[in-house]
Amino acid sequence: MSFINLKDKVVQVKIVYYGPGRCGKTTNLEYINRKFRDQIQSEMVSLKTHGDRTLFFDFLPFNMGQIKGYDIKIQLYTVPGQVKYNATRKLVLKGVDGIVFVADAMEKQREKNIRSLNQLHENLQSYKESIFKIPLVMQYNKVDLKEHGIPVLPISVLQQDLNSRLQVPYFEASAITGYNVAATLKKIISSTVVSIQKKLL
Amino acid sequence: MNYGIVSQEQLELIEDILFQKLVKLGVDCAIIIDMAGNIITVKDNGKNKYDIYSFAALAAGNFATVDAMAKLVGETEFSLLFHKGQDSNIHFSKIDDELLLISMFGKDISLGFLRLNVVEAIDQIRKVWARQE
Repeated sequence: MSFINLKDKVVQVKIVYYGPGRCGKTTNLEYINRKFRDQIQSEMVSLKTHGDRTLFFDFLPFNMGQIKGYDIKIQLYTVPGQVKYNATRKLVLKGVDGIVFVADAMEKQREKNIRSLNQLHENLQSYKESIFKIPLVMQYNKVDLKEHGIPVLPISVLQQDLNSRLQVPYFEASAITGYNVAATLKKIISSTVVSIQKKLL
Repeated sequence: MNYGIVSQEQLELIEDILFQKLVKLGVDCAIIIDMAGNIITVKDNGKNKYDIYSFAALAAGNFATVDAMAKLVGETEFSLLFHKGQDSNIHFSKIDDELLLISMFGKDISLGFLRLNVVEAIDQIRKVWARQE
């Protein structure tokens, strides 16, 4: 849940990048950290294992300027993707305002995407939130692998698997090259801010 | 509990408590955060240069982890934590299920004295907080 400080006129918004292991959540944040350096005052915090996998979360505070005199502070988090870390994923989801679901477009990851999305649904329910109500954006990552001859699922299949009931905005993307990373971020920020505004009215 | 918005008056009262009970005592920086990692309010001695937003995110994560450890050993919670360094120390104390008070202080204050003041501060903050429910 966003926190609004009326005294200092600050709104803090929590956005979580969720998805299966090795789908590119941290890579998304790393790209944002490089690309929007001037809007980020502090270093990205990454709690990693020795093998460079996210152990707890990554954290990147992001300044979005002002809306109606209020400073909007976006806090970007990722979760650890590995199956065994669900307790940690749940912790990071606490108080979430908006979610980017990063799906791995590689053909062999099809099952994992679906399983991860189902678990997101369950995890949100444990906080009495609904995946159908919370601002959500789908990102089909790694589409660039097509050019390297690696089998990638067509967008229509990904849409059918993950987004047929949710019907949320989606982007094909390549976090490593930055393709549509900013577009995804922009979309989730605008959906989240609109949803917070609605709650307040 | 829905606490999404806190009134300006409440924040001022809480900041005053932090100042009177902790900063005056010599605490470098007192922060109240929620368990989702948002900063509710900060009061410092004007000298600190900490990156408080990252700090809050990590502190909330840290506290949640310790909470999970407590459950593993059959405790309902560990309501306070203390990290000791060479020159600076951090003390975490739970205000209620949603809020956490973090005090960062140097070597000039005794831990016992700080803890006494933290207990009093928390007592007062709870009263201010309860008014909105």
